Amino acid sequence: MGGTSKLLLCAAASVLAGTMPALSAWQPQKPIEFIATAGPGGGTDNIARAVQNIITKYKLTDQPIVVVNKGGGSGAEGYVYGKASAGDPYKVIFGTSNAWQQPLVSKVAFNYTDLTPIAAMAQDEFLLWVKQDSPFKTAGDYLKAAASGDFKMGGAQSKDTDEVLTRMIEKTGKVKLTYIPFKSGAETAVQLAGGHLDSHVNNPSESLGQWRGGTQRPLCVFSPKRLPQGAKVTATEGWGDVPTCAEQGLDIKQYEQPRTVWLPGKVTPDQAAFYVDLMKKVQATPEWKDYIEKTSQVDTFLTGAEFDKFIKEDLEHVKQVAGEQGWLVK
Amino acid sequence: MDNLSELLHGFTIAVTVPHLALMVVGVLLGILVGVLPGLGAPNGVSLLLPLTFGMQPVSAIILLSSMYWGALFGGSVTSILFNIPGEPSSVATTFDGYPMARDGRPTTALATAFGSAAFGALIGVILITFLASWVAQVALAFGPAEYFAVYFLAFASFVGMGGAAPIKTVVALAIGFAIAAIGIDTVSGSVRLTMGVDELVKGVNFVVAVMGLFGIGELLVAVEEEFHARAVSSKIDWREVFRAVGRLPRHSVALLRSAAIGCWMGITPGGPTAASFMSYGIARRFSRRGRYFGTGEVEGIISPETADHAAGTSALLPMLSLGIPGSATAAVMMGGLMIWGLNPGPMLFVDQKDFVWGLIASMYVGNIVAVALVLLTVPVFAALMRIPFVIIAPLIVIICVVGAYSVSNSYLDVVTMLGFGIVGYLFKKLFYPLAPLVLAIVIGDKAEDAFRQSMLMSKGSLGIFFANKLVTCLIVGGVALLLLPLVLQLARLLHKPAPPTNETTAQEKVII
Repeated sequence: MGGTSKLLLCAAASVLAGTMPALSAWQPQKPIEFIATAGPGGGTDNIARAVQNIITKYKLTDQPIVVVNKGGGSGAEGYVYGKASAGDPYKVIFGTSNAWQQPLVSKVAFNYTDLTPIAAMAQDEFLLWVKQDSPFKTAGDYLKAAASGDFKMGGAQSKDTDEVLTRMIEKTGKVKLTYIPFKSGAETAVQLAGGHLDSHVNNPSESLGQWRGGTQRPLCVFSPKRLPQGAKVTATEGWGDVPTCAEQGLDIKQYEQPRTVWLPGKVTPDQAAFYVDLMKKVQATPEWKDYIEKTSQVDTFLTGAEFDKFIKEDLEHVKQVAGEQGWLVK
Repeated sequence: MDNLSELLHGFTIAVTVPHLALMVVGVLLGILVGVLPGLGAPNGVSLLLPLTFGMQPVSAIILLSSMYWGALFGGSVTSILFNIPGEPSSVATTFDGYPMARDGRPTTALATAFGSAAFGALIGVILITFLASWVAQVALAFGPAEYFAVYFLAFASFVGMGGAAPIKTVVALAIGFAIAAIGIDTVSGSVRLTMGVDELVKGVNFVVAVMGLFGIGELLVAVEEEFHARAVSSKIDWREVFRAVGRLPRHSVALLRSAAIGCWMGITPGGPTAASFMSYGIARRFSRRGRYFGTGEVEGIISPETADHAAGTSALLPMLSLGIPGSATAAVMMGGLMIWGLNPGPMLFVDQKDFVWGLIASMYVGNIVAVALVLLTVPVFAALMRIPFVIIAPLIVIICVVGAYSVSNSYLDVVTMLGFGIVGYLFKKLFYPLAPLVLAIVIGDKAEDAFRQSMLMSKGSLGIFFANKLVTCLIVGGVALLLLPLVLQLARLLHKPAPPTNETTAQEKVII
């Protein structure tokens, strides 16, 4: 009997090793805290809660997950908390490109290098929006009028993604815009609907309801190609009908905001690998696809070297704009 | 009358056994999170949110909004009994509610608060029912200049309303503005006044400040003054609950005025906190018994409570029709709407009639359920006042510490809260008013943002504050409220010479 049983044991061991590599690796032993670097209801809060729900529904880990909002200081509160929790693998930070952009332009007490990057999970697009009854039909019309008039561009926060894009539009389109910062994209959308602004550069989900309701419409999207068609938003148009800005003569080919996931610094590679794997499993579920579709984002998954490369490139780019504007600190 | 038939249809959705059960559960949970300071409606709603993902959107919003009503009512309980506001918007309720409870009338104070709150909520819902489309248009007219004018009006209705020396009011305001400036500035994006403490980048949370100023501050004063160190012997009388509610119609002017202020601030959206402060300030100015305010006046409870609930209720309208949340809780619910696959905005009223009108009908029913439940609990809460001080004092400290910690799981907040306790004690001892300080902490940074956004838009010209009828009216109204005491005093001086005071110069400083 010796030979057969040994063989079986070998086979069983190899099957086990093949299907469950996670067993030997690190597993969480106590509840996990998800830190959303935004207030309740915002885009970053939504993704943290969506991931929490998917993990709980499919029991992707045995440990309970709690979502905590630390959105003070445009998200800095959450990142500072992550920095202070160095070595603690039970704190997962959900943020945006803020993690590397904010330290460039304001004296916050963290840098993205204080954290362990896990993944960039979704990309939010940017569009150029005008009021429904504005005379402009294309980005070209808009730029022509902006050159002579004095246009007010609204956006969320100061020296953040929205203002960086505004400055890029100024440079590429050779116009001068007055940038007015508000607390959030939702607030900015209402200001445009009320006619207090001429335009803004909201993400699709921030102005979706407003577009359907006929208070504002997108002129173009800052993306290399048109967005996927999807369902119609208004009676006649959907996201796929919005032309790209480049094809309308506003040559900014790509500008997007990644939703990023981090661990605190000084965690072991095993611990980081566990979360990369966990996020990959989350992304494979139909609930995730549903979330991406409802919020009109682009599904992506960057991790490891790819994610690092993305950060470096974006950082270079923002540094250049911030330098030209004299925003850089230190 | 289209709206009326829609509403009736809504009632057929809201008044079903499962939905009524959800309302009771929601309201009870709401009262619980409202009573526990630091937890509050926004946190309670976000904790409950994941449970609703499997539900029908109508059922989910009924559960969450019922919780919101419960929390609004519950927030007043600790304000009145222990001087600890559970919600920012119930701070103004402490001014007269707490003295009345201390005076041995906790039942009257609680019943008055709940009764007037229910009235405010009712007016808010009626407004939503009949004026939904008009209201949406009004809210759109508000740009940064108009926002600033509304905040200015709130400050103006509260500043120099007597009580403390005007110069002390100005000092308290200035300290409040400085505290509000801590953290990241929206307009410039730079970090301000963090004094080397990295975590302060998040700013000072309002609940943390208020629990220290009121809860701990009051406790320190009480420990020092012997007479507080005994329990209040309050008679618990069921009939007093109904008598207090029955007396409300006598104050119909105050009720209607406060409801109007509340609805206006909820829609614009200045928010429930600014509404309750403004309503209290104006009531104090115009009530015949104004000088007794702060000692346990009935109208001092009615005014902030009615306005708070009217604003809290009508704040849901801009959320549904425009996608701008009028309060923190509305912001969480809006997140929920998106997850349920609904898009707040003008189309909601066209696309999702069942949802919208089911919700509006549930506001009527939910508030009735809430007020019935909460009135039943009055004797239980009032009995808390009989617990001796030696037991209640440590409990208050525990509530404040746990409350401060649970705001964002941070020890710094606990330390800050205790610091504010000392500030509150010093303010009381030196006769500085706390209300202007609190008002400046709550809406100081919003007013600053709105002012600087206006200046960016107008390229530095103050003319933007007189650019249209709406903003001009608001600014003129604010200036008039500021100048009113001054004019009254001048009139008095002309009639009979009185000893001159330093009031005039201080008033001018306030205006500048």
